[in-house]
Amino acid sequence: MPSKEEIYDKIKHALVEALGVDEDEVTPEATLVGDLGAESIDFLDIVFRLEKAFDIKVPRGELFPEDILTNTEYVRDGKVTPEGLKQLRERMPFADLDAFSSNPNVKDFGNMLTVQDMCRYVEGKVGVAG
Amino acid sequence: MRWIWIDKFIEFESGRRAQAIKNVSLAEEHLHDHFPGAPMMPNSLIIEGLAQTGGLLVGEHNRFEEKVILAKISKAVFHFPAVPGDTLRYTTVIDAITDGGATVTATAHVGERLQAEAEIMFAHLDDTNRAKTLFEPKNFVFTMKLLGVFDVGRGSDGDKLAEPPGLAQFRSEAGPGQ
Repeated sequence: MPSKEEIYDKIKHALVEALGVDEDEVTPEATLVGDLGAESIDFLDIVFRLEKAFDIKVPRGELFPEDILTNTEYVRDGKVTPEGLKQLRERMPFADLDAFSSNPNVKDFGNMLTVQDMCRYVEGKVGVAG
Repeated sequence: MRWIWIDKFIEFESGRRAQAIKNVSLAEEHLHDHFPGAPMMPNSLIIEGLAQTGGLLVGEHNRFEEKVILAKISKAVFHFPAVPGDTLRYTTVIDAITDGGATVTATAHVGERLQAEAEIMFAHLDDTNRAKTLFEPKNFVFTMKLLGVFDVGRGSDGDKLAEPPGLAQFRSEAGPGQ
């Protein structure tokens, strides 16, 4: 099982390759969209790199729940409904959704996910040593 | 003009790798503008040829049921210009393929010399009306036949590649010589 540091280093490498950013731009608190400039197509690239680096499968929608955010059942007037938030929390236990929940504009969602969230997601998938 | 930037497949192993060639000729008009007095194949069109080689490989893997689009060039390095008289050999190998799309590693060679290296990512378009209008899979199949892929294609089991269903009908609709 890899250590937290090993997971972080591999994720950092994947983000540097996928997004063309410098290593020192990738910090645990950095948001993927706002700070690192990820666009929607980059998420597919990141998923491919994580699957390869950690030998895992990342099912569609698990890391980036675009299906929930585009479902009219869960989104009204550009905001995620309480039922939608419940779905997001179930789907993304690795992410801190508290700040987003207070004003759940769909357009702000992409700016919420951080490098640390991604580390927690992978840790949940592969387990952590120590 | 048809937007076809490969001349022929010379190897096609379903779900794994494909090789195609592109002959660079002074009969191609764009070479006279790129550049006057110093014709060379634009590297952007070499990328397109690599993407067509890899894109058909990815499309065939899913029996052309997914709409494959070029999504991202993660890396592209060119070592020297390809000029009239050169035959470019494009090799693409699938690195990963999922519901969402695929990544391929691609190279171009002139003879034994490595001319270009690239990493190309494809996405599968959602099955929406917009996607259907933009892109008809039968066009891809048609292009494949034109480029002789089913003459050289081999499936993952090593057997000759079967033509996709509906191709015979499409050819008869397209008229003779296709």
